[in-house]
Amino acid sequence: MTAEEWTAVRLSLLIAVTATSASLPFGIAIAWLLARGRFWGKGVLDTLVHLPLILPPVVTGYLLLLLFGRRGPIGEFLDNVFGIVLAFRWTGAALACAVMGFPLMVRAIRLSIEAVDTRLESAAGTLGAHPLWVFATVTLPLCLPGVIAGAILCFAKSMGEFGATITFVSNIPGETQTLPSAIYTLIQVPGGDAGAMRLTLVSVLISMTALFGSELLARRIGARRVAT
Amino acid sequence: MSLEIDVEHRRGAFHLTARFASQPGVTALFGRSGSGKTTLVNIVAGLIRPDRGRVVVDGQALVDTERRLFVPKHRRRIGYVFQDSRLFPHLSVRQNLLYGRWFARGDGGASADVGSVVELLGIGRLLDRRPESLSGGEKQRVAIGRALLARPRLLLMDEPLASLDEARRGEILPYIERLRDTAGVPILYVSHSVAEVARLATTVVILTEGKVAAVGPVADILPLADTGDGGSVLEAVVARHDDTFQLTTLSSPAGELQVPRLAAAVGAPVRAYIRARDVMLSLHPPQEISALNVLPGTVSQVAAIGPQADVRLDCNGAMLTARLTGKSVQRLALRPGLAVYAVIKSVSFERS
Repeated sequence: MTAEEWTAVRLSLLIAVTATSASLPFGIAIAWLLARGRFWGKGVLDTLVHLPLILPPVVTGYLLLLLFGRRGPIGEFLDNVFGIVLAFRWTGAALACAVMGFPLMVRAIRLSIEAVDTRLESAAGTLGAHPLWVFATVTLPLCLPGVIAGAILCFAKSMGEFGATITFVSNIPGETQTLPSAIYTLIQVPGGDAGAMRLTLVSVLISMTALFGSELLARRIGARRVAT
Repeated sequence: MSLEIDVEHRRGAFHLTARFASQPGVTALFGRSGSGKTTLVNIVAGLIRPDRGRVVVDGQALVDTERRLFVPKHRRRIGYVFQDSRLFPHLSVRQNLLYGRWFARGDGGASADVGSVVELLGIGRLLDRRPESLSGGEKQRVAIGRALLARPRLLLMDEPLASLDEARRGEILPYIERLRDTAGVPILYVSHSVAEVARLATTVVILTEGKVAAVGPVADILPLADTGDGGSVLEAVVARHDDTFQLTTLSSPAGELQVPRLAAAVGAPVRAYIRARDVMLSLHPPQEISALNVLPGTVSQVAAIGPQADVRLDCNGAMLTARLTGKSVQRLALRPGLAVYAVIKSVSFERS
């Protein structure tokens, strides 16, 4: 593999890990709100979260560019106040991946939170646990398999995200050129087939490892506990 | 400790209106299913917010709708033993037991000692097991321990034996009795079993269709309950055991009773429950009869119930009820003041 190909692999892993770990706390919070919350505008929030799943990825990428670009309302604010620039940076690619993976993550976590018996949560309450503690010590451990599944889905989506990423942060080698963009670029140039094949194999390898890893983890958690 | 309840709650067509104050010891909430027992207990625990009213424990108001006061469940320090034990499946028995204790630390009051609670409930060898490997009876004992170790000032028990079979009930009842006699935590005990109430309760509250029908000491109130068998409760003490015939003799104000051998020490107080249909009456001391227990008494009241009649007897201060046919009442010319002999066919200590 060439140095440029290695860079694309490393960059893709960095972006996917960043996107997954940064969005996980929000994913759990939103999933909990959707599963247990009763508030006005829940339907709107639900739709908003699922939007990237139904919009064409290019549209999502373009919307991100409009909002988070240098001249976009949020992008300008972040640049002026915190000096954070997302457009055409790897951090921007991570944002695009997080947004695209978010609905998948929230869906998996929400379903597993809904499966947790609320009677156990009220029992914890009568034992003196504040609702936040109830969440941390009862709800979260019981829905952990769903949280892991959600994180893996987001990670896999991030590894393969193409449309929104290339629209928002373009295809700059060493900065925003992820695995899919690198493969796409190699296919466009004469004699790039071998390189594209190598990256394809790496891509398959990473995805399968992630899947096996999550299965293993979920099984170990499941073995420690069988719902009564 | 004191518990004062005065609440109203409506859910759909069901309307709960309850008002009573309970004494220390075990207060039994007794009634058929659907009479509002669980709703009432959930209001005390803070799982349900009543439409109107007050709940006061030890002088501290937990709910007062007029003052817009509602103390959330995690700050009430009221232990709750649910019908379905609700142990945390992802924690070991030990971790389940310590769960509430951790939140109760620093709350003052006597520190609940894990060792003594574990010993009281006989769950020492279960500590490292997972809840799913426990039997129903073991689960309930762990659930009781978990609630106790959160150092509650009041313990709620919602039909803790209802999901268990006869043998398991018999296994747990002695532990609840020990709890009542030694732990010093007042208990609000929900049940629809007369025998459980007769055995455990100090005070009985009878709920009928969401309303309090009667409140008072167990021996006075239980005969009023619409239990279908109009039983009576006799307070007694174990007098001696007979090893030859495997019998135990109890002494009660009404006289001595012989019952199948009990696993209780001599001198231990027990409550015998006698169903009205298990009592026959005779005008003369019966001779050569198989029944072991014959108590003399005086008829105090004859109440006709359809073709039958409940005859209330005063046996040296203890009340006993016999259910006879109208024909027998006429044949023996039973009337208040008449001296009779009650022949008792069976005495139960468990669920009837």
